[in-house]
Amino acid sequence: MSLYVQAIVNGFLVGGVYSLMALGLSLIFGVMRVINFAHGDMMVWGMYLSYWLFVTAGVDPYLSILVTGSAVFLLGAAVQKGLVNRILDAPHEMQILLMLGVALVLENVALMVWGPDPRRVSTTYALSTFWLGPIVFDLPKVATFGLALALALGLYLFLKKTDLGRMIRAASDNQIGALLVGTDILKVFTLAFGIGAACVGAAGSLMTPFLPFSPSTGLFFTVTSFNIVIIGGMGSFLGAFVGGLLVGMSESLGAVILVPSLKEIVSFVLLVLILLFRPQGLLGSGR
Amino acid sequence: MTLRLGLLAAAGAVLVFLPFWVPSTWQNLLITTFYYAYLGQAWNILGGYAGQLSLGHAAFFAIGAYTSAVLASQYAISPWLGMFAGAALAALLSLGIGYLGFRFGLRGFYFILLTLAAAEICRLIALHLPLLGGYTGLFINFTPNPWQFQFQGKIPYYFIALGFLAAGSGIVWLIQRSKLGAYLVAIREDEDASEALGVDTFRYKMIAYALSAALTALGGTFYAYYQYYLQPNTVLHINHSVDIMIRPIVGGAGTILGPVLGSFLLELLGEFSRTYFAGGMAGLSVVIYGVLLIIVVLFLPRGVYPTLAHLMRRRRPGGAT
Repeated sequence: MSLYVQAIVNGFLVGGVYSLMALGLSLIFGVMRVINFAHGDMMVWGMYLSYWLFVTAGVDPYLSILVTGSAVFLLGAAVQKGLVNRILDAPHEMQILLMLGVALVLENVALMVWGPDPRRVSTTYALSTFWLGPIVFDLPKVATFGLALALALGLYLFLKKTDLGRMIRAASDNQIGALLVGTDILKVFTLAFGIGAACVGAAGSLMTPFLPFSPSTGLFFTVTSFNIVIIGGMGSFLGAFVGGLLVGMSESLGAVILVPSLKEIVSFVLLVLILLFRPQGLLGSGR
Repeated sequence: MTLRLGLLAAAGAVLVFLPFWVPSTWQNLLITTFYYAYLGQAWNILGGYAGQLSLGHAAFFAIGAYTSAVLASQYAISPWLGMFAGAALAALLSLGIGYLGFRFGLRGFYFILLTLAAAEICRLIALHLPLLGGYTGLFINFTPNPWQFQFQGKIPYYFIALGFLAAGSGIVWLIQRSKLGAYLVAIREDEDASEALGVDTFRYKMIAYALSAALTALGGTFYAYYQYYLQPNTVLHINHSVDIMIRPIVGGAGTILGPVLGSFLLELLGEFSRTYFAGGMAGLSVVIYGVLLIIVVLFLPRGVYPTLAHLMRRRRPGGAT
């Protein structure tokens, strides 16, 4: 029994950072209707940047999210401004192709720079744990959860309270309406993609203390982000958050109940069930 | 019309003699081009004409490949027959996915993800099925027996791939001319409006999906007996679903020539990046390929064939633009 509780706790903690990653995807899709197939690869770039800062300058990955978040923000904004903005009125499938091309480039440039071997950020506290009753808590996972929660809250406040945030939400709710009241929609797009990318870049850095990674790690996280966003409800902030926690827990439980190599199947089955019985997602409202 | 037929006959004659003139590496390139054009044509029925983008066609492909391979090795059934069993199974799976998805009105992004999830579930299951060889994969013994879909040399495969492509394109041509084709295009252009006009959108989407899946599965059998090795992480991988859908989109989804032109163009780009950049650092050739793909999308955002057709129409005096 305690094995399962332990799995749920671990999954919940990892789920927090999944939520942050999915919030980024949800924001990008919500505003531009672009499916970011390079989402996981942008995350991997955040991870490598943290790794590089840690190895060369000894910067703690929890500190380097400031750098990686900003760097991946620029990357995302550049992709939107330089590429996606140019083909806004092309058929929908062309945007998918474009993002697949971006994903190929990002993954394989990482392969050229860092090679295929998995990397690990070995902090001094990587293996620290503490007990709460019969449950073990990994210190890095708790810290990551806390920071991911703080960043998600920050994003929420930004979207709700600031003018820029309101512009982004307006563009997401009603693009033509936003245009009519004079919103510079291309600028909003660039900003929104940048912020979505920054979320996933920071999420990547936050995972480095407990997750080894390689250039091919990205695809798994791209697909996981898709799952979470659908499960939680497209365009729903709280939905992406709850979805992240759910997928984290279901993967963790799946690894215990089934074999570890089958853990992903739990979240896929969850996805199929959601698509069938509540296609708008757990917390989504209509489509 | 006569000009068109003449061109078609000339192209046919060239294609028949081509494999005897070119070196064997080129034969391989041509086979891959035809074969992916065929798969693109199968994808095109659902993704191009009906506008339901699928990112899970690797599942149908793998069902075709594995079914014929297992039937041949375990029950000594010729792949020439087994391939149709595979096609039937793939059509069944597509009807299952389609029933679930279309019944609940899943569209666009949601449908893409349903197909992706279905393919991923298949991949994870296949990895854990001893019958399919799991992680080691499934090897097919080579016995150069045409009845076993096995041939010495590349030339027979060339003609089979070409035959697949011709037949697949013929089927798509027939669909395009039929009522079914008109319904599918109507669904793609405006599903609600066609529903309101009395088109049974559920039914026609299901037909398109089953046809597309069955044809894809037939292509899977060809792959199994061309490569002699099946591994879930290659044949059932998302990247393989991407490989199947990318060519018709580049060439122009929803047109007959789109998948063919797209396949030729991407094969050329892929070969170019492999030839000139594969010797360098690992990953460089894929980066070049990715950059070329992005350039193609930016410069031909409507696809190769629609852009060409547009140019041709503009040049012809009196032609509508």
